This record gives sequence, structure tokens and C-alpha cells, in this order.
Amino acid sequence: MHRDFGDYVLDIVQNAVEAGARNIGLRIAESDGRVEVLVEDDGCGMDRDELSRALDPFHTDGTKHAKRKVGLGLPFMVQAVEAAGGTWSVESEKGKGTRVRFAFHLGHPDAPPVGDLPGLVLSLMAFEGGYELEVARTRETPGKSRLAWSARRSELAEAAGGLRDAESLALAKAFLESQEAD
Amino acid sequence: MAKMTLEQLRKLREEKKRDIERRETEGKEIRIIVGMGTCGIAAGARVAFDAILAAVERHGIGASVVLAQTGCMGLCHVEPTVEVLVPGMPDTIYGKVDAATATKIVDRHVVARALVNEHIYDRPAADIIRN
Repeated sequence: MHRDFGDYVLDIVQNAVEAGARNIGLRIAESDGRVEVLVEDDGCGMDRDELSRALDPFHTDGTKHAKRKVGLGLPFMVQAVEAAGGTWSVESEKGKGTRVRFAFHLGHPDAPPVGDLPGLVLSLMAFEGGYELEVARTRETPGKSRLAWSARRSELAEAAGGLRDAESLALAKAFLESQEAD
Repeated sequence: MAKMTLEQLRKLREEKKRDIERRETEGKEIRIIVGMGTCGIAAGARVAFDAILAAVERHGIGASVVLAQTGCMGLCHVEPTVEVLVPGMPDTIYGKVDAATATKIVDRHVVARALVNEHIYDRPAADIIRN
């Protein structure tokens, strides 16, 4: 099972990378303990039938695992969000891309913990391939100043030295941690 | 901690570059690839990724080790899986890589050039190999 909130986001972004997306957008907005996530990509997309099958845990498209009968990425997200009393939607258009949204209250007893967000964003940037990823992060907490930052994979790669070698990734991690710090 | 700007990040990188002596690995790079499909994530691949990054940095060899993620490598039953490609050593896929094993892979395989035998799961399962 996925452990924290970031695991679900990572899984969906990995789907986007595997769907051949050139551009991926991620928005993580937290307000008064409610978190809203949007992942948009311009990958291969799915038609209505493919989408309904993608939401079925006992289905996979068969291109990677010819004999396997499970595909758990999106179903895990749906299960976790519904357990936490949240909402979700997946829209997709064949040849255009996919848009996944989900939202839930972090204070719900069955909500997954937020976990390490800078570490998550680093992981989102560390897949192989030349995709662009734009992350927009906000957090509004009563009585505290608003947190807002964004990061673009191409800019971070340029500034941190490619995001390929471990040294560059460690630098990017320090950068992302400083964005999320209060 | 104040938010770092991209300009500060560039400067930090230049400073680090001067500090670290780049290790040449016979003109080839060391590659470590972590399986980050649904199966990997569910089994704790992010923990393995973080542990590898920390261990590589601890050894001061970050500049000569490429660390990347990929999707499912076809070994869902022994996730998290990590593929290690070191020039002059056999290409190896390790399975059941928790944080301690990830550290051991860097210490032993990447640095000391010895295989971590008890976690070798060879190449991907037959149903996923691309012809």
C-alpha cells in the first residue's frame, strides 16, 4: 500500500511520464487542513473505455505485463481519497492528455500523512526522459503567513547541473527544502 | 531558513564543484536506477531512493553517479528494485531494497566493487523485456 500523500502523487506523475507527456503540471494547494491536487499532462490520454478500465484495479493495458491482471495506480488513489471522505476526478482525452484531481481533509483519521514534500518533488523530477514539469505549491494556515513557491524542472536542471547525477539531485533537494521551510 | 533563489543554487553548485574532486570512472558513468512504478512506490522505493542519494553523497562521489527513476521493472514480487550499472561489473538488479540495503549497495557494490549477493534478482522478468 502507498504510505503518504506523496506516493499517490508520484504514482500519477509516473503514469504521465510513461504516457509520453512532454509537459506535466502539478498543483498542490493546502488550505485550512484541506489539500487539493491537480496533475495535468499532455501524454497519450485515454478514451472513455480505457479510462474506465484504468480505474479498475483488476485491469492493466497489457503492454508492460502481458500476463498480469492488476493495474493499481489510479485505484489506490481512489481508494485512499474515498476512505478519507475526499473527492476525485479523472478526465482524459485520447491523444490530448489527462487531468487528475483529488482533494481531502488532512485531519481525517483515514487521510494519508503529507510526508516529505520536497523529497516528493525531487522524485517527480528524477524520472528518465526530457519532460517538463511545473510544480505550484501553496499552503494557507490561519494565523501564519502564506507559503507559495513554484519549481520548473528545466530551470532547476539548469541551475543545479542537470538533475542526472546525485550531486545535482542533492543540490536540487536543498533548494526544494528551502522553498517548503517556514 | 530563507528560500533559496535559483541564482543562489547556481552559486552553491559552483562552490561544490570546486570542493569535489571529480572521480573518473574509466570515462564511463555509474548508473543507479530505482523502479518507481506503483509496485515500487507501495513497497517503499522512495525510501530506497533517499537512502541511495544520502549514501552516494556521504562517499563524496555524487558527481560521478547518475541516479534515476523508471517505472516497473517487472519484478513486482521483490520491490523495491534497484538496477546498478557499474563499468567493469555485471549489470545487476537488486530486489527487496530497504534503506539499509540501499546503503549497503552503495557501500559495497558502487564503492568497494563487490556484489550484494543476497539481494540479487538478476534481469527483469521475461514478460517485460523489450526485444
